Amino acid sequence: MAARQTPYYRSFNRRSALVGGLLLLAGAALVARAVHLQVLNTDFLNEQAAARHLRVATISAARGPITDRHGEPLAVSTPVDSVWVNPRQLVDQPQQVALLARALQMDADGLGARLARNANREFLYLRRHMHPADAAAVQALRIPGVHLMREYRRFYPAGEVTGHLLGFTNIDDVGQEGLELAFDNWLRGEPGRNRVLRDRMGRIIGQVESIALPRPGGELATSLDLRIQYLAYRELKETVQRHRAAAGSVVVLDIQTGEVLALVNQPAFNPNDRGQLDPDRYRNRAITDIIEPGSTLKPVLVAAALESGQYTPESYVDTGPGFLMVGNRRIEDRQRLGRMDLATLLARSSNVGATMIALSLDPEYFHDSLRRFGVGRLTASGFPGESAGLLPHHRNWRQINQATLGYGYGLATTPLQLAQAYAVLGSGGLHRPVSLLKVERPPIARRVVTPESAAAVLEMMEVVVSPQGTGIRAAVAGYRVAGKTGTARKLTPTGYADDRHTAIFGGLAPVSDPRLAIVVVIDEPRAGQFFGSEVAAPLFSSIAAGALRLLAVPPDALPGSGTAGNTVIAQSP
Amino acid sequence: MSLALETRSHRPLTTFGQLLARLHLDGILLAGLVGVMAIGLLAIYSAKGQQLPEVTGQLARMMVALAAMLLMAQVNPVWLRRVAPFAYVGGVLLLLLVLLAGEVGKGAQRWLNVGIRFQPSEIMKLAVPMALCALLHDRALPPRFPMLILMLMLIAVPVLMIAVQPDLGTAILITLSGVAVIFLAGIARRWIIAGIVLALAAMPALWLVMHDYQRSRVLTMFDPTSDPLGAGYHIIQSKIAIGSGGVFGKGWLNGTQGQLEFLPERSTDFIFAVIGEEFGLLGALLLLLLYLVVTARGLVIAVLAQDTFSRLMAGALSVTFFFYVFVNTAMVMGLLPVVGVPLPLVSAGGTSMVTLLAGFGILMSIHTHRKLVTR
Repeated sequence: MAARQTPYYRSFNRRSALVGGLLLLAGAALVARAVHLQVLNTDFLNEQAAARHLRVATISAARGPITDRHGEPLAVSTPVDSVWVNPRQLVDQPQQVALLARALQMDADGLGARLARNANREFLYLRRHMHPADAAAVQALRIPGVHLMREYRRFYPAGEVTGHLLGFTNIDDVGQEGLELAFDNWLRGEPGRNRVLRDRMGRIIGQVESIALPRPGGELATSLDLRIQYLAYRELKETVQRHRAAAGSVVVLDIQTGEVLALVNQPAFNPNDRGQLDPDRYRNRAITDIIEPGSTLKPVLVAAALESGQYTPESYVDTGPGFLMVGNRRIEDRQRLGRMDLATLLARSSNVGATMIALSLDPEYFHDSLRRFGVGRLTASGFPGESAGLLPHHRNWRQINQATLGYGYGLATTPLQLAQAYAVLGSGGLHRPVSLLKVERPPIARRVVTPESAAAVLEMMEVVVSPQGTGIRAAVAGYRVAGKTGTARKLTPTGYADDRHTAIFGGLAPVSDPRLAIVVVIDEPRAGQFFGSEVAAPLFSSIAAGALRLLAVPPDALPGSGTAGNTVIAQSP
Repeated sequence: MSLALETRSHRPLTTFGQLLARLHLDGILLAGLVGVMAIGLLAIYSAKGQQLPEVTGQLARMMVALAAMLLMAQVNPVWLRRVAPFAYVGGVLLLLLVLLAGEVGKGAQRWLNVGIRFQPSEIMKLAVPMALCALLHDRALPPRFPMLILMLMLIAVPVLMIAVQPDLGTAILITLSGVAVIFLAGIARRWIIAGIVLALAAMPALWLVMHDYQRSRVLTMFDPTSDPLGAGYHIIQSKIAIGSGGVFGKGWLNGTQGQLEFLPERSTDFIFAVIGEEFGLLGALLLLLLYLVVTARGLVIAVLAQDTFSRLMAGALSVTFFFYVFVNTAMVMGLLPVVGVPLPLVSAGGTSMVTLLAGFGILMSIHTHRKLVTR
């Protein structure tokens, strides 16, 4: 066509070519940019992408269980879910907040205000430790910014019976008291880590890889025998209530291994109920509180006296008029006992006799003997907050100090320490470290006194639990029992109180082959009776009787077996 | 050599090519468009959270748009030329109606509700170049200066009306389609240079009348990290999505930024980022290649067109189409500020697709209604 040849059409074609060229240039710019992003910068931008959608999520690990010596569960972890939110995503979503509040049975206005207060945060717990089914219902609402976190909650099947010993964990599953605290590193699991895909709303979409599997915490087998623990708890509670006592503790030791078979206190608390977390209730008095042992220390004194060589089991002391002046202090017995042997000294609990022996011993020797029995030294229990007791150094003793130490004043022990000292007498003079954990192999024992001395004292202590002694109410049918009563006046800021006492009994059974060392402490009995012989000895008797049966210890005082045993006759001290 | 006028349609339909010819369709254009739309459907399925109804919805809109294309392909360009002034005037009146009684959505007043909701600005995308081409049809080219002024005014009236809605993206596209007509009509080099100088000089003035959000979009193009959670968020996320795709992409439905909802507007304006992330550089280049093929075919049609109206119209439509592509992809890749321009034929949504394919119908009509002289 002719029109095609006109100058205009030629120039149109030129312009079209120009336009085409420009378009190609623009296309080339796009391609260059694509290459720039997708080839040259791809590594950097890939990192940026990963930083947005990859997260490392931690997976809670279950805390290790705690069991008694036979594997009975004492503390277990159960899975629970905690609801947390990202307040930034919720703060201006009143409808979603109302929905959430209804699901959590919270006040919508209160929740809204709480979110507003934390509006600049990205993490806020709304409710901890929900039942997984309830938590799943919350998650099913699919509210953006609401997430679940798997956690574990501690449950203590035996409740207040084992509360003092086990302690408890806080809401973050970290041990706060007791064995939960002492062995936290062992019990605590190692959380696992997952690399996960996360969307813009922070929801976990899927798992990319597992970095580390969660490692559950170790299992902890305690030395407790739950049956004896229950028994001791029940009997102690009954005694404390009957005597309207302020507090009480019982320690049951296995003499042959040093293991703590039972350890209970009153008042108690239920670790499953955080409302009961009051230090007065959760304090493990048997380990953290100190008492003046009073007369219950006398067997230790007698053992030290025998070991010194200055005395033999046949030795006599003459208490004369039944009182003694040390400096300007008058030490007296309840009645005039005159000349007596060491067995009678223990059986009648003569303070004057004990003072005379104490004063006759070399102070350094006497001090070291008490130390060797564990007085004033931490036990091997490792229990958090354990008290070491109190024993003044002999260089600081005046005569009156040395005198009162003989009958158990002017020093302090924990109930556990006292039980440990009695266990030395029961084991033929060997000290075995006490243990709150199950002991697989008997620990290395340390000799404190000769077997002969220990046996002699044990024999004398058996007389205590006889019609001639103060501790007859501690007797156990079928078994020979040795022990010592104690009634300590409590030290108050204004001196020793006349009306506030600590009733104590320490005992060993069976005498023929001692297995158990039991210490009973009743603090401030206020129902009339307050002597160790009246308040503590019967409790010892019932616990020892039950424990010996539970452990299937053969009786050594059956009628007609030839051995006398303690004659079980109720008698006033 | 013999004339082959009006003879093809009477032959029996033995090949696909003959079917296309009977329907006044162009094979190359159609292949390119369908290819682009197919990629779009894949990307939408991925970007819409793999919801099949979203894909079928888009497919239905494509069918409507293709029907519009088929319809326009049947219309003889001569008739189009004659109705062009009426379309223009009608469009301007509708725009006026929008300003007076339009519906407001997303902070802009763009829609008219007459039974169905539609944007009159879409009509103007075709009506403005059509009117300009019709104006130039019988006149000596290149146009004289008064004619130039008239054309600029014809462009300016609807563009300003659209710009105040505000719909900056559409205003720019319509301006460009008009400028393309003027350029293709032939214009002295000095006017081109003057235009460029004027445009550069107008920039500060433009800056003064721009909305704050528009200014921040321009600023964040130069430094997206200045406001990474606000104005810069879109562009940072889309660059990350594209770049992390690498050469081969993460695979269909496997793009993390898109699938995990980090990428905003991923099924509409930023769908190119989904394609870049999941299909990589290769996928992005394939899509750009298809766009270039479509554009090049349009330019060829312009060159082959037989009258001034057809030729200018075909050229303007082609250039405008490519400009759509360029503005969107350059924006998504961080080369241009964020303007609300969808990726033609790929982004989810129907209105602009109908206009676009109607434009391609005009292109096909221009090509198939030539008075052919067989060789």
